[in-house]
Amino acid sequence: MSSLRDVIIIGSGPAGLTAALYSARANLKPLVVEGHEAGGQLMLTTMVDNYPGYRDGIMGPELMTEMRAQSERFGADMIQGNVTAVDLCEVPFVVRTEDAEFRTKTVIVATGASARLLGLPSERALMGHGVSTCATCDGYFFRGQEIAVVGGGDSAMEEAMFLTKFASKVTVVHRREALRASKIMQDKARANPRIAWMLNTEVDEIKGTDKGEVTGMVVRRVGSGARTEVALSGVFVAIGHTPNTALFKSQLELDANGYIITHDGSKTSVPGVFACGDVQDHVYRQAVTAAGSGCMAALDAEHYLEGVPEHLQT
Amino acid sequence: MAADNVQTFTDGNFETSVLKAGGPVLVDFWAEWCGPCKRLAPTIDALATDYAGKVTIGKLNVDENPGTAFKFQIRGIPAVLLFKDGAVVESVVGLAPKEDFKKVIEKHL
Repeated sequence: MSSLRDVIIIGSGPAGLTAALYSARANLKPLVVEGHEAGGQLMLTTMVDNYPGYRDGIMGPELMTEMRAQSERFGADMIQGNVTAVDLCEVPFVVRTEDAEFRTKTVIVATGASARLLGLPSERALMGHGVSTCATCDGYFFRGQEIAVVGGGDSAMEEAMFLTKFASKVTVVHRREALRASKIMQDKARANPRIAWMLNTEVDEIKGTDKGEVTGMVVRRVGSGARTEVALSGVFVAIGHTPNTALFKSQLELDANGYIITHDGSKTSVPGVFACGDVQDHVYRQAVTAAGSGCMAALDAEHYLEGVPEHLQT
Repeated sequence: MAADNVQTFTDGNFETSVLKAGGPVLVDFWAEWCGPCKRLAPTIDALATDYAGKVTIGKLNVDENPGTAFKFQIRGIPAVLLFKDGAVVESVVGLAPKEDFKKVIEKHL
């Protein structure tokens, strides 16, 4: 059994790494369990132009490398891999990974959110074989081909525009008539001649499971219910995110969509457990807001530790 | 930084180093511009250490070696394929924990 930790941070996106930076600078020797999607969603992006301090922008993966190095500089410990279980019922809390178990006085949850899928069996079967949730990773493989992007938000617009660099035609499929994306993103996308639109339309099935690669999709008009098959070789799913809170079910209070409920800053329903970033925020979801909330969680944990009862002090 | 025991596969050496190799060969298809691929690199390095002498482990850059990536219908990276006797016996697409790769490898030892 390892010694009692002051702070364990679960997750290594901008929220987790900022919490690590602040708690390391407060001499709390934080342990960061990075998770297998280490670096978080920014690892899937290209140029980030809205993180303050980088006047010419910075590549998402590079920004995360910088943040990680900065928190390590002040003594944050990093371990790879996933947390497999937590016990938040009594103090000290227990955090288990694939090959270790840690005890800690506080936990900062920064597990973020992951891409949501359509939920079709054919989508799962063809993941990595024409179905993708990462345009920057996989766009390269669709040079000169016709593909679809499913979704109507900012990320869907961004992916569609990025993919026109490779694909000959990108069709945006969205289940409503109106897009959810911001006006500036919509305008950019609508001005792109390689983007076609299928609005009021849902994807019923992705074809190609028999061939082992995507050959088309079956779409259905909302309202009329008319179904058509469209031939294409790639389907990029960009329909939002779902919070990574499976570990915390029945231990922390979650809202109806599975996000951790925070109050008075970063406090959760369990004293000593704090949450920051996209795992508790479905509204702003920006790198800078995640980083800001990571700072809040570290400061809240620090204040909490100052009041921890004697018998738990090392 | 790839560990010493992680090999570099190319369109040129794939036939001899992977397809005609004796024993299982794990190939990590990756590219410089792929963030998740970079995050997977330490896992691949660790596997190469854990399975030294049992499984040949290496990486193939899809940008520099499009022929092999095309041949094996790589449509998403990171993609890790396990080859045995010249055929693909397992594939893991996207980021996955080290334990998942171990399970896949153990089946073919």
